[in-house]
Parts: sequence; C-alpha cells; structure tokens
Amino acid sequence: MNLLSQEVPLSWYLLLSAILFSLGVIGFLIKRNLITVFMSIELMLNAVNLSFVTFAHQWHAVKGQIFVFFVMMVAAAEAAVGLAIIIAVFRARATLAVDRIDLMKL
Amino acid sequence: MNGSLHLWLIPLLPLLGFLVNGLFGRGLPRRVVTAIALLAPLAAFGVVVHSAVDAFGIGTPAVALPYAQTFGHWLNIGTLHIDFSFVLDQLSLVMLLVVTGVGFLIHIYSVGYMSDDEGYARYFSYLNLFLFFMTVLVLAGNALLMFVGWEGVGLASYLLIGFWFHKKSAADAGKKAFIVNRIGDFGFLIGMFLLLANFGTLTFTEIAAKLGQDPGWTGGVVTVIALCLLLGAAGKSAQLPLYIWLPDAMEGPTPVSALIHAATMVTAGVYMIARNHVLFDHSPFALSVVAIVGAATALFAATIALVQNDIKKVLAYSTISQLGYMFLGCGVAAYSAAIFHLMTHAFFKALLFLAAGSVIHAMGGEQDLRKMGGLRKKLPVTFFTMTMGVIAIAGIPPWAGFFSKDAILYSAFQHGALGRVLYFVGLVTAALTAFYMARLWYLTFTGEARSHDVHPHESPWSMLGPLVILAVLSICGGWIGIDRFGGFLSSVAGPTIDPATAAGGKSLDLTLSGVAVLVALIGWFVAHLFYKQKPERPAELAAALPGGYTLLANKYYVDEFYNATVVKPLLAISTYVLGWVVDKAILGGAAWLLGCIATIAGALLQRWQSGNLRSYAAWLAAGAAAVLLFIVVPWPMVLATLSAIHFGTAGH
Repeated sequence: MNLLSQEVPLSWYLLLSAILFSLGVIGFLIKRNLITVFMSIELMLNAVNLSFVTFAHQWHAVKGQIFVFFVMMVAAAEAAVGLAIIIAVFRARATLAVDRIDLMKL
Repeated sequence: MNGSLHLWLIPLLPLLGFLVNGLFGRGLPRRVVTAIALLAPLAAFGVVVHSAVDAFGIGTPAVALPYAQTFGHWLNIGTLHIDFSFVLDQLSLVMLLVVTGVGFLIHIYSVGYMSDDEGYARYFSYLNLFLFFMTVLVLAGNALLMFVGWEGVGLASYLLIGFWFHKKSAADAGKKAFIVNRIGDFGFLIGMFLLLANFGTLTFTEIAAKLGQDPGWTGGVVTVIALCLLLGAAGKSAQLPLYIWLPDAMEGPTPVSALIHAATMVTAGVYMIARNHVLFDHSPFALSVVAIVGAATALFAATIALVQNDIKKVLAYSTISQLGYMFLGCGVAAYSAAIFHLMTHAFFKALLFLAAGSVIHAMGGEQDLRKMGGLRKKLPVTFFTMTMGVIAIAGIPPWAGFFSKDAILYSAFQHGALGRVLYFVGLVTAALTAFYMARLWYLTFTGEARSHDVHPHESPWSMLGPLVILAVLSICGGWIGIDRFGGFLSSVAGPTIDPATAAGGKSLDLTLSGVAVLVALIGWFVAHLFYKQKPERPAELAAALPGGYTLLANKYYVDEFYNATVVKPLLAISTYVLGWVVDKAILGGAAWLLGCIATIAGALLQRWQSGNLRSYAAWLAAGAAAVLLFIVVPWPMVLATLSAIHFGTAGH
C-alpha cells in the first residue's frame, strides 16, 4: 500500500548474499594471485554481513547489526595483518602465486 | 599396675639410624656414621631392657605382660579390622633382648671389620634397617604386621648378601635368597588368607581365643593353615626343602652372616611357629610334619657340614642343622625348649661366625680351612673365644648349647613313638655336630701353618670385645635351665614337661643327658683321631669311600637337582612360551599390527597434506557444504520418504 510494502523481499537479500558468498568461494579456489584470494575472503565476509543486516532488519533485533561491526573490525585487523604477510612473502619469494608458496609441503 | 612402655621407640630408633646414614651417610665423617650406627641399636636395647625392668623389676612391676599397644587402625574393611599394634610378652621380650643385644654387639664388631670398606655408611644403614624390620616382626600383634617385618628382613638380607654387588656370585646369592624366600612367603600369605577366611581375624590373641573356645577343633583347615605357615617358616629359617639359599648367603660380609643368617633373622620361622603354636597344637599332623622336617634338616645339613672346606660354609650348614633342632623342638610341642635353643644358638653361633670373621680377617680374606692351621698362637683371643663357641655348640656341659639341645632331645624322647625315632636322629646329629665343629677347630688352630705367604695378626679390640662378651654368654647362657626358662615362657609358649613328674622321672632325664654328652664326646674324639693324630686319615677315608665323599662334597646335588627340575624348566617356559609366544608373537604382534595400521592410515591421509593452499580451501568449502547439507535437509522426512518408497506398496 505504501513504499514499505513495495520494499525488496527478504529472500532477495539472502539470495544476493549467497551469490556474493559463492563468488567469494569460487574466487578463493580458482585465483592464483594472493591478493585476489585475499579480496575473495573480504567478499565472503561482506556477504555474511549482508545476511546479518537482513535478518536484523527482519526481526528488529539489534544484535545482528552489532555483529556486523565486529566482523568489520576483525576484517580490518585481518587486512592489516594479511597485507603485511603478503608484502613479507613477496619480499622473500618474489612471487604472489599461491601454488608456489608451498614450503610446508611434505 | 599398667604403666606405659614406649614400644614404638624400639623399631623407630634403628629406622632413624637407617634414614640418617642411608640419606646423608656418604657426606658425613666416618666417626659420625659410626656414632649414629651404634647409638641406634644401643638405645633400642636400652628401651628393651627398660621395658624388661618395668615388667619384672624389683618390687611391684610397673606393667603387666602381655602389654599391648595400638597406634592406630591400618585396615578397616567391613568386619576386617587390622591395627598397628605391638605386643610385648615374655616371648617377644626374649627375642627382643637377643635381637637388639646380639645386634648391638655385632654392630660394634662391624666397626672394626668393615673399617676399610668404601660402603661403610651404606653397610650400617642396611644393618639398622634390618634391626628396624626385625623388631617390627617380633613386636607385631597380628600376622599382617608380622608379615611386614618378615618381608622387610628379607629385603635387608637381600641387600646385605649382595652388599659387594660388583661380585657376581654375591649378587646372584642375594637374588637366590630373595626368590627362595618368596616361595616360603607364598605359604605364609596363603596361611594368612585362610586365617582370615576361617577366623576373620589376624590378631594372634583372638585366633588363640577362638581356638580355645572349641577344644575339639583339630585337623582339617587348621592343618592346612599350619602347613602353609610351616612353608613360610621353612623358607625364612632355611629348612628342607628351602634351605638352599642360606649357604650361598655367606657371600655377604661375615658380621651379616652372624647377625642375620645365624643369630636372628633365620630364627624368625621358629619364632613364628612359637607365636602361632595354638594353631599347631590343634593339628597333630602338622606338628609331626614340623618335627620330621626339623629332624631331617638337622641330620641332612650336619652330614653336608662334615666335608665342607670353606669355614663359613661349615658354619652355614651348622646353622641349618641347629635350626632343624629348633623345628624339632617346635614339632614335639616343646616351644620353650625351641626358643631356649634359639637364644643359646644366637649366642654361640654369632660368636662362631664373628670368630670365623676374625680368622678370615687375619688370613687376609682366606676362607679355606685347608690353608689355615696353627693359628692358636697367632690369634690367642680369637682362639680362646672360638673354642668356647665350639664347645657350646658341641653340647658339652656346662656350656650353653648343652642345656638347650638336651631340653629338645628330652622333649622329643617323651613325644611318643615318632618322637623316639626323631630323638635318635637328633642324637646322631649331635655326634656329627661335635665332629664337624671339632674338625673346623683342629684345622684352623692346631697343627702347622699350611699357608706361609700370609702373616696372621690379631684383630682390633672393637672386634675382640664382642667376641669376649659372646663367649661369656656362650658359657653362661644356658645356666638358667629349661625349667626356669620354660616357666618364664609358659604363659605364652605353653607348658614344658617337668622331668620330676613325667614318665621315667628324673633319672630318665639324667640318663638322656648323659647319653647326649657321651655322643658329643665320641664325635669330638673321632675328629681328634682324624685331624689331630693322623691328619692323612680323612683323605684315606675319602679315597676308600669315593661315592659317599663326592655326594657329601657336592651337597647331595640338591642345587643341581633344583636347577634341573625347577630353574631350567622355568627358564625354558619363560624363554619359549612366555618370551617367544606370548611376548614376541602375541604382544609384539599386536603392537606391530597397531603400528602398521597407523602407518598405512598415515600414508593415506598424507595425500591430504598437499601443501596446496587451494586444495585445503576446497576441502574446507566442501566440509562447510556438507555440514550445511546435514543441517538444512530435513533428514527424518527424507528417510521416511525413502522407506515409504522402498516398502510403500502396501496400500499407503
């Protein structure tokens, strides 16, 4: 009857979230460049964030939104540490190809 | 009336000595070690004497015997109550006086004998440990606490036999003593279990009370218990068939042989039988077995002692033989006589061993009788004291051994037809005893010195002092007489036969004594003929009877027999059945199989560890997907649908 009733249904958000998450997984699996892999992880995290927000809105619960902040915080920390590692790896090995960083292999 | 005694001090003082010398002895100066080692038994002896004075002192005695002291509960399981309790009565008092008194003298002697040994502190700590366990054994008010002391003296014996453990023969002898004793301990344990099952208690007085309520209760389970206890006593007191460890135990230092393997520990079996004599009294069959074992051992060991050439081996077999006398005494229900002989034997056998130690010391470690001779002038004090011991053991009045041996033989004679037979066995043994002791004496001290490369010297006074005291005791120790001694013990060890009222009267007693002395003198005289007048005679006799001589010299091949029938089969079973089949095949195979499974599983799972980051990530994703599938899919519904498809043709 008004704009609210015309709002995008819940399942669309969730579907978008699932698609984003799957893209992240696929990117993580098939990409060789370490930075791309890293970005894929961020994509997965944000897909999850989208689900959180959706549910929080649906149930009028603030917990989900708070959780999103936590995830963002962890993601920021992870980005800092991860990028530092990536730089260190690049300096040591002169490559960012995931397949070639396999020193731990038996 | 009932004052207090500090019985707990008696074992505790030697234990303290053991702890101090055992833990810190290596760092302490030798004088301190000596002081601690001597003070512990002296103080314990003092407490014993003080207790004796309290019990039998002038005027009104401060305490009444038996005096029991309980220090707390040990086991409280259902109806089973076992306490830490010590009992002082006439029997344990006599034993304590012997153990701590003779023990103290031997400690003094050891100071001189072991003065050059590297393990000085270790030696004295073991000796104190032995005294601790022995006093626990003697004071124990129930069989289980006695068993603690029983095992403990076995441990101390093992440690001291193997004192010079770098010598393989000494280490082996220690093991042999321990293992043979275990066989006896097995009997003791079974006896205790049977006591618990049938009497519900292990306290000596309660067992006696329960048996006393039922005078008609003889044979049956009591016989079995008594025979089990006899097995334990035979192991500890070196009786047939478990005597084999004692001759080997001579590998230990000589004072140890004197204290543990002659005077005190080996008499624990006799003490145990006397302590439990009510049980044996209710089983005539077990008593007969005790008497036969004792008499057989006495004769058997005496014959072996005839031809041994090692001075300590002669004394070892003599000890076994004398212990046989004590068992014979127990077996004819003359417990007081057995304890009497135990006491006098402790005096003269400790003396003999210590004197032998003095001879060995003088000869620079030589133990072979054939290499001694002519030592009378060189070792006057040792010669004199050892002579006292030899006469005492030969049973010539008024030396101590005569009185106690005579008491046992007299009681045996008064004990029915079996007793008469055993009396004659004992009499023959007495002659043999006099013979082999005289032989030892002649070979050691008379004639010409047969070894010229040693220069014998008399031992220090720390060794001669105990010899002199023990020599005095060997002379006077029996003067108290069996009548008074038996009267003293009668409340604990049962009555003794009074010759005045018994069959045969006083004259029989005197006749038997006369016969015993005569027999001993004959034995001595024969030895005189053989070893004094014509020293070549023994060799001629041995040549004339080669079979008999070899049989005796090889100790009836008993060790070889046990080796072939027990040791070798056990070793074979251990090596082949237990070692190869059970250990290597079954247990080893199972372990190998487990190892194989782990290896194979590892080899398979190893492929996961590719080192490829993306493969890890893929597995992670696959796992997450699997979990998701498991949670999201309504499995009960799916399963129901599936089974409906499968079975669902029946009209649904």
